[in-house]
Amino acid sequence: MSDVILLLMTGLGLGALYFLIAGGLSLIYGLMGVLNFAHGSFLTVGAIAGWEISKLLGGDSWGVLLISMVVGALVGAVVATATELLLIRPLYLRHIEQALITVGLSLASVALFEGIWGVDPNYVSRPPWLIEVTKIAGALVPNDRFLLIGSAVLVLFGMLAFLRYTRFGLIIRAGVENRAMVQALGIDVRRAFTLVFAIGGAVAGFGGVLASQYFGYVSPHLGGNLLIFAFIVTIIGGLGSLVGAAIASVLVAVLQQFANFYLGGTGDLVIVVLLIVVLLTRPTGLLGKRAH
Amino acid sequence: MSDLSVLELKGLGLSIGGARIINDVSFSVPQGQMLGLIGPNGAGKTTLFNLISGLMMPTEGEILLRGKSLSKQSIEARSRAGIGRTFQTSSLFPGLSAFENVRLAAQVKIGGEISLFKFPTRKDEASILTKQCLDEVGLAQSQHETLAGVLSHGDRRKLEIAMLLAMDPSVILLDEPMAGVASADVPGLVEVIRGVHSSGRTVLMVEHHIEIVLGLVDKVAVLHHGELLALDEPSKVMANETVQSAYLGEKP
Amino acid sequence: MNFLSEIFKRRGLIVGPLLVAAMAVLPLIDFELPGIFPGPSSNPGTLQILALALLIGSLALSYHLLLGVAGLLSFGHALYFAIGTYGLAILLRQTDIALLPAMLIVGLVGLVVAAVLGRISLQVSGIAFAMVTLAFAQAGSVLIRRNSEITNGEEGLPINTANVPDYLVGVVNTKNLFWLALVIAVIAFLLVTWFEKSRAGHVVAATRENELRVRVLGIRPTRVKILAVVSAGVIATVAGMVYFVLQSTASPANISADLTLTLLVIVVLGGVGSRWGALIGGVIYMILDQRLTSLARAPELKELPEFLYIPLSEPLFLLGSIFILVVLFLPGGFAGLAKRFRTGKRAKLKELA
Ligand SMILES: Nc1ncnc2c1ncn2[C@@H]1O[C@H](COP(=O)(O)OP(=O)(O)OP(=O)(O)O)[C@@H](O)[C@H]1O
Ligand SMILES: [Mg+2]
Repeated sequence: MSDVILLLMTGLGLGALYFLIAGGLSLIYGLMGVLNFAHGSFLTVGAIAGWEISKLLGGDSWGVLLISMVVGALVGAVVATATELLLIRPLYLRHIEQALITVGLSLASVALFEGIWGVDPNYVSRPPWLIEVTKIAGALVPNDRFLLIGSAVLVLFGMLAFLRYTRFGLIIRAGVENRAMVQALGIDVRRAFTLVFAIGGAVAGFGGVLASQYFGYVSPHLGGNLLIFAFIVTIIGGLGSLVGAAIASVLVAVLQQFANFYLGGTGDLVIVVLLIVVLLTRPTGLLGKRAH
Repeated sequence: MSDLSVLELKGLGLSIGGARIINDVSFSVPQGQMLGLIGPNGAGKTTLFNLISGLMMPTEGEILLRGKSLSKQSIEARSRAGIGRTFQTSSLFPGLSAFENVRLAAQVKIGGEISLFKFPTRKDEASILTKQCLDEVGLAQSQHETLAGVLSHGDRRKLEIAMLLAMDPSVILLDEPMAGVASADVPGLVEVIRGVHSSGRTVLMVEHHIEIVLGLVDKVAVLHHGELLALDEPSKVMANETVQSAYLGEKP
Repeated sequence: MNFLSEIFKRRGLIVGPLLVAAMAVLPLIDFELPGIFPGPSSNPGTLQILALALLIGSLALSYHLLLGVAGLLSFGHALYFAIGTYGLAILLRQTDIALLPAMLIVGLVGLVVAAVLGRISLQVSGIAFAMVTLAFAQAGSVLIRRNSEITNGEEGLPINTANVPDYLVGVVNTKNLFWLALVIAVIAFLLVTWFEKSRAGHVVAATRENELRVRVLGIRPTRVKILAVVSAGVIATVAGMVYFVLQSTASPANISADLTLTLLVIVVLGGVGSRWGALIGGVIYMILDQRLTSLARAPELKELPEFLYIPLSEPLFLLGSIFILVVLFLPGGFAGLAKRFRTGKRAKLKELA
């Protein structure tokens, strides 16, 4: 029983990380038709920014962590916005070239991170509580899981509320359904593009700081390693669906943990097989509506 | 009747998301007939062609080709069985030359089209057939090496017909072959279509130019809101009151 | 235009063999290219880099077959390269089979795997195809990392030279491996050319342009697409095998998504649809990759201010940046640029998918 709870909580924590990348990825694809390979770098840059600021401020207090989360989100948002304005927008609606640009950006940015910060992990300082464990029904669950899960749930509801109750949210939702129609109504959908990138970048940057807390370090490949799973999550959940991404994040991460534990470390393999099965039987994913 | 008919539609119906797009359409087309298919925009003419060529699957009814059901046949099996079609908006290989476009169809006709061990040459059977077809539709020699994507609209329509000729199907579905063709080119195209038909092929043609349709076809079918209103000789159809009110009535 | 293409064909017939002949004599003479070659061309270090470059060029050619010819965007092509490197490494270590039969077996494995996985992944198209291929490669990568008793895990699996003929072992014999790599590159180029010019190639190109229309003509496009996937897979496997003998290690990097993405970048840089672009792009990339890492250690460079030194010493940073600029400003890649100079016309960027 205690194994199950620990696996479940770890799975949920990891699922939270997947969601923080996959949510933005899925919205960007849903609205703009762009597969964003640079999304992992948004996460990495947020993690690095958070780490640098916590080094600057020193200490392992909650205040410092909070500030580094804000800084990570801000830096992620700025980098993502710049990416959209400078690289994506000039190739308006040329989806393949847009995806290619993000491939170039991801290769270049990871190489740059390696050049500046080295390939080795840089260890982060954490508030002491996060390293401690809490006993739940006999299982000793590391406290950082709670931070991850709580943050991801907040982000999910924040994004859903934004989509539901704001003017831009309405444009984005409508644009995911039918971009041409939104444009036909005379709405400049391109501002929504920039906004979606900014939101995706902020969430990824924020997720970067959380990921560094979870893994205990930052490295140039932090985002890239998570990105592959985020892609899988996005596809399984259905491109363009935030709720689908959330469900699939949890599904994938929990399954991964259980398979790793009970099926002899086959977690990644099981996920890949799941992806293949979903793609072949239901190419639009669990909650996806259409392919672009 | 049915043993003579090449193509037979039986109670064909199609619903998409609750909308009735084709409703209980039945008719048969005898060997060698040219049937005009008319009806207002959105009547379901193109959809009917899509059902026959296998791009869409009907929700009810079936289609018989020489008495054999096509229901389980794939798109490619249907064209191999002799159904050839053109598209309302030209559907070509834009990055290949006009010659290569037609050659592909000729290759299917002649066989061995996916061989790794044969190379297209200028003088092989398929190339000769290709050249004949291009000449037949009157596509200028200077355009043969032009990429299909940059051809003029009229030339693209000619190219589509040339592909059809090269395939040599026994049943031909023409979806608005004259649409967007310069008026000077229309008589030539009419002759090409007449030629295609005179060699004994069965032709179904959707066309908005009523005068052309009436002069060319043996019978006219009128489609309206997915239903078959009438199918008869041109003069009788034109005299039909339901047809006049439904279709021709829209014109002043 | 037909006239022009005839001329290019004839020009290729002269330029190609001349180039190959010039390359073939490199190990026998002391040709120097300061800055590009680490030493004279007879030097094993230089030959090693050139051989690696030719193999990556061949690998890029096989990717060109997928992307440029068949219009298939794969994110998992590195899988076949790794089947080459790891397949041969494992056979040489675990069995007593001699090099040549071992290579035949591995080549066959590559063929079968490509046929089976191709059949499955071609059920879907576009981005979904890209993702399925990514997933397959990822599965391969997991298998390699998890089964470290066989694959030696992250460390990479070193070569067991017991069954490798002496003339392919050791620094003094690098020139033989170079010639082997040259032969592989030439064969890859001829095979890809063959494929493109054949009737199957014609159908594949048509499928890339308009798949539905191909079906309406009565052709089943899946068969030719599988043919393209299998040919590309086998070429990649063969390139991987020689790469392994040359590097003496099979490493997890051989199957990384980064390798496939790098191939994608190379093929787009070279100009989608251009064989020469892919081959030369692969060669240049690999030379840069090898040379930049060692040049970065050069004392002169260390003097540079940090903001210049760091980016300049990272080949992937340069490649990524150049790539971004090319996608933004040079549709058609470098081959498109060359063509524009030749014909004085703007070259049309072929649609990718
Ligand atoms: N895939 C589809 N999904 C939903 N509705 C469709 C689909 N295809 C066609 N329709 C609808 O079916 C109706 C018939 O369309 P169709 O294209 O067959 O008309 P048509 O007679 O060819 O008209 P036109 O003269 O304009 O070419 C239209 O109302 C169209 O909107
Ligand atoms: Mg129509």
